[in-house]
Amino acid sequence: MSVPYSLDVRGLSCPEPVICTKNALDENNGLVIVLADSYVAAENIRRLVTSLGYQCATEKNADEFTITISK
Amino acid sequence: MGKKMIIVSGVVLGILGVLLVHFGNPTNMGVCVACFIRDIAGGLGLHRAAPVQYLRPEIMGFILGSFIISLKNREFGARGGSSPLLRFFMGMAMMIGAMIFLGCPLRMVLRLAAGDLNALVGLCGFIFGIFIGVQFLKKGFSLGRSQKQNITNGLAIPTFALVLLLLVIVAPAFIIFSESGPGAARAPLLIALAAGLIVGVLVQRSRLCQAGCFRDLMIIRDPHLLYGTLGIFLSALALNVAFGYFKLGFADQPIAHTDGLWNFIGLAVVGLGATLLGGCPLRQVILSGEGDTDAGIVLLGMLSGAAVAHNFGIAASGSGVTITGQIGVLVAAAFLLFVGFAFSAKTSSSQKGGIGYERSL
Repeated sequence: MSVPYSLDVRGLSCPEPVICTKNALDENNGLVIVLADSYVAAENIRRLVTSLGYQCATEKNADEFTITISK
Repeated sequence: MGKKMIIVSGVVLGILGVLLVHFGNPTNMGVCVACFIRDIAGGLGLHRAAPVQYLRPEIMGFILGSFIISLKNREFGARGGSSPLLRFFMGMAMMIGAMIFLGCPLRMVLRLAAGDLNALVGLCGFIFGIFIGVQFLKKGFSLGRSQKQNITNGLAIPTFALVLLLLVIVAPAFIIFSESGPGAARAPLLIALAAGLIVGVLVQRSRLCQAGCFRDLMIIRDPHLLYGTLGIFLSALALNVAFGYFKLGFADQPIAHTDGLWNFIGLAVVGLGATLLGGCPLRQVILSGEGDTDAGIVLLGMLSGAAVAHNFGIAASGSGVTITGQIGVLVAAAFLLFVGFAFSAKTSSSQKGGIGYERSL
C-alpha cells in the first residue's frame, strides 16, 4: 500500500491549487492528500479530480479542507 | 458549485446588463466594472474628466451582495498578504488596459452581444493575454501565499462600499456627478443598487470569472466557467435584439473606437493582469466583499489606475487612442511581464505545495 503524498495549497491564489494538485497527481501515481483553506480551492480541486477520473473524499475541519484523492 | 448555478449567474448578469441600459445606464454599458470604478474615481474627484463622474451604486451592490451572502454561508473571512503592494500596481495596470479598450471583460461580452465587432478584436487580445499569463503559471508563477488576518481587515472594503453608498444617497457638494456624457446616463439608484446586489450574490456563489473561463480551458480543459460567459452573451444578445439595441459592425458603436491594434493590446493587458492576479476585475470586486484584502488592494489599484488614466490623458475615447495612451498601455504590459518573469520559478509540486503541510512561501 503506497503512502499518499501530502500537498498544502493553503493561501494560494486561483488557479494555483488546481495546478499543484494536477502536478502532484501526475508525480505520485494518483494518491494525494490535499490541504486547502478556501471553499473555492476545494470546489475546483474536487471538479478537477472528478474530471480526471479519480475518487475523492473531503473532510472539513474548522476553516480547512482535507481532500483525499485516490484512483 | 454546479453547472446550473454558473449558467443562471451568467444569464441573469446578461439580462441585467441590458435592462440597466433600458433603465438609463450608458448604451452597451449596462454593467462595466472598469468603467464604473472609473466613474467612482471621478465622482470622488480623483480625476477631473467631467463626462465620467458618478458613484455607481452597482459596484457597491457587487461588494455588499458578496459580503452578505458570504457572511450568511460562513465563507466570509479576512485573508491577505500575498504581495499586496505589487497587486496594487497590477490593478492599476489592468485598469489602464481596460481604459484603452474602453471596458472590462464583462463589457467586452456585453458589447459583443450588442453587435460591436471591435469587442471581437478585444476578445482575441484578452485570450492572448490569458495565454501569456498561463505560460507564467505553468512555469510556477505565484505571488505567494495569503494568510488569515484579523477580521477588521476583511471588513474594510465592505465598509468603504457602505460609505460610498451613503455618499451617493446624501450627495454632498464635494461629490461630483457628471451633467452630460456617460456619467450622466444612469439607472435610478435603487434599481442600480438592487441589480448590483443580485449580481454580487450570484457571482459570489457561482465564482463566475471572465479570465478564469479561458484560463481553465487552457490549463485543465475545464469548460465550467465558460458556461457563465456564454450565459451572459446569449441572454444579452436576445434582449439586445428584443429592445432593438443590436447593431452589427465596427463603426459608430457607442462608447467605443475602431482602432483594432489598441483594442487588442488593451484587453491583452487585462487578460495578462487578471491571470496573474487570479481573477478578472469583476472577480476581484466580489472577492474583496468576501474579506480577501489582496483583492481589495487590487480594487484600490484599479481606482487609482482610472485616475491616472484620465489625469495623464491615457484613457481612450470614441475618437481613438492617444500617443500617451499607447505609451501608457505598453508600460503597463511591460510591468506585468516583468512581474510574470520575476515570480516564475519552475518548481515541482513537492517544492511548491510542501510536504507535511509546511508553509514554505
